Amino acid sequence: MKAVISVVGRDRTGILAFVSAKCAERGINIVDVTQKTLQDLFTMIMIVEMPEGSDAGTFSDLKNEGLAQGLAIHVMHEDIFNAMHVV
Amino acid sequence: MRVINEDNILETIRMIDEENLDVRTITMGISLLDCADADISSSCDRIVRKITTRAKRLVSVAKEIEAEYGIPIINQRITVTPVSMLYEASGGDPVLYAKALDKAAKEVEASFIGGFSALVQKGMSAGEERFIRSIPEALACTDKVCSSVNVGSTKAGINMDAVRLMGHVVRETAVLTADRDSAGCSRLVVFCNAVEDNPFMAGGFHGVSEPECVVNTGVSGPGVVREAVRLAGHGASINEIAEVIKKTAFKITRMGQLVASVASGRLGVPFGIVDLTLAATPAVGDSVAEILEEIGLEAAGGPGTTAALAMLNDAVKKGGVMASSSVGGLSGAFIPVSEDQGMIRAAESGVLGIEKLEAMTAVCSVGLDMVVIPGDSTEETISAIIADEAAIGMVNGKTTACRLIPAIGKKEGDMLHFGGLMGDGPVMSVKTSKPDVFISRGGRIPAPIHSLRN
Repeated sequence: MKAVISVVGRDRTGILAFVSAKCAERGINIVDVTQKTLQDLFTMIMIVEMPEGSDAGTFSDLKNEGLAQGLAIHVMHEDIFNAMHVV
Repeated sequence: MRVINEDNILETIRMIDEENLDVRTITMGISLLDCADADISSSCDRIVRKITTRAKRLVSVAKEIEAEYGIPIINQRITVTPVSMLYEASGGDPVLYAKALDKAAKEVEASFIGGFSALVQKGMSAGEERFIRSIPEALACTDKVCSSVNVGSTKAGINMDAVRLMGHVVRETAVLTADRDSAGCSRLVVFCNAVEDNPFMAGGFHGVSEPECVVNTGVSGPGVVREAVRLAGHGASINEIAEVIKKTAFKITRMGQLVASVASGRLGVPFGIVDLTLAATPAVGDSVAEILEEIGLEAAGGPGTTAALAMLNDAVKKGGVMASSSVGGLSGAFIPVSEDQGMIRAAESGVLGIEKLEAMTAVCSVGLDMVVIPGDSTEETISAIIADEAAIGMVNGKTTACRLIPAIGKKEGDMLHFGGLMGDGPVMSVKTSKPDVFISRGGRIPAPIHSLRN
């Protein structure tokens, strides 16, 4: 199952490393990454392949880890974007 | 994977984080017809068993979907077959049924359970009348139970005996829950042309023509529509605004459709309908009145309101219909006063009155919703307001409803506080001329003619 991870936060060293390390720990395979920094705001969108047997906890864990680092992380099933934006 | 661009992803996240986009409710409809029994306690036991079995995983599945898809799902609700039918078979004290429903809802942690209902648009049986008379006590001694009574339809006309009775029932419910700001009335709806697949409360019930068990969803999103209208700017013509609203409604509804189909799959229950409704919440920015302001009115309730609302309601339906495989319920824009910050402001400033609200209900779903009226309003006055609203529904072939809250011990200008999604309501002024003779006549207003439409 594919999911979209979005990360927004104040730019600093190591955000990409932090998020990708957390993904690796959980067996989440990163398929695509785009990132931007506007003034000091860092925005990153990752397309990932979630491991077999992922449950609601796999999604919410990452969000909570992000919060602890001052990052707004959303992990959302790709279908939500396909449903809303692809006719 | 199809290509989703970055802007689309950020747009969705912004809608959820900043504009209060959510799925308002996943509602499971459960038929209770097979629970009928001549013995009321055995009938109640069967109800509790059936609901707690069917809806056992409702809340946990909703939480799973919420986490995986990142979409807040605010309520998990249950609707059941109108309980007056079971009561006809069993007799006894109808309040026992309300307590059974309340117990079942609490056991599965559902936010509300709707279906303490009776359909009496053409006439009332003796049992139905006893059932309706029990509603005030049923609402006063439960927390989750929602009740509705259908008193009219385009095909049957308006049952004025039921209208007269409901004036009494609404007032009595307010009196019995006066210590809780008459909150019992927030769970009581009087309908004309009630729909059978409504996932919203307090008017939801599982119609008799519905299947054994079904999952319906109600989406929300006034904040999203308002932001889209704001981005269109003041230079956009009204048909351009209608297009913007259609596109936005499409996106919102697609999300509701997705959630409904995933929930249906995981619960092993067929998908029913998506209700395309802009349902306001007391949260700042999640207001239908503020959409009207964004369209270009200084306040909801002033001149222009009915026209702007008609356009909004129609555009929401047009956008939503294409986004879902099955649309139903009440589908439109709700205008509950107490649940909408913009409506509350407009009512407090005196721009929005009950008469204008009544006009607005002719062009949108659903009716005089969460309207707080003075505590000294008579039963006859309440009945007459219900009759007016039912007449709009009957003649226009649409659903209309009244959820009126007589504020016992309070007067015009005071506020009632319901808390949660129900919000706060200012007491609105009601004309005091007496409709007593009209209401005391009883009988039935005949169904309207369908030709010579002028």
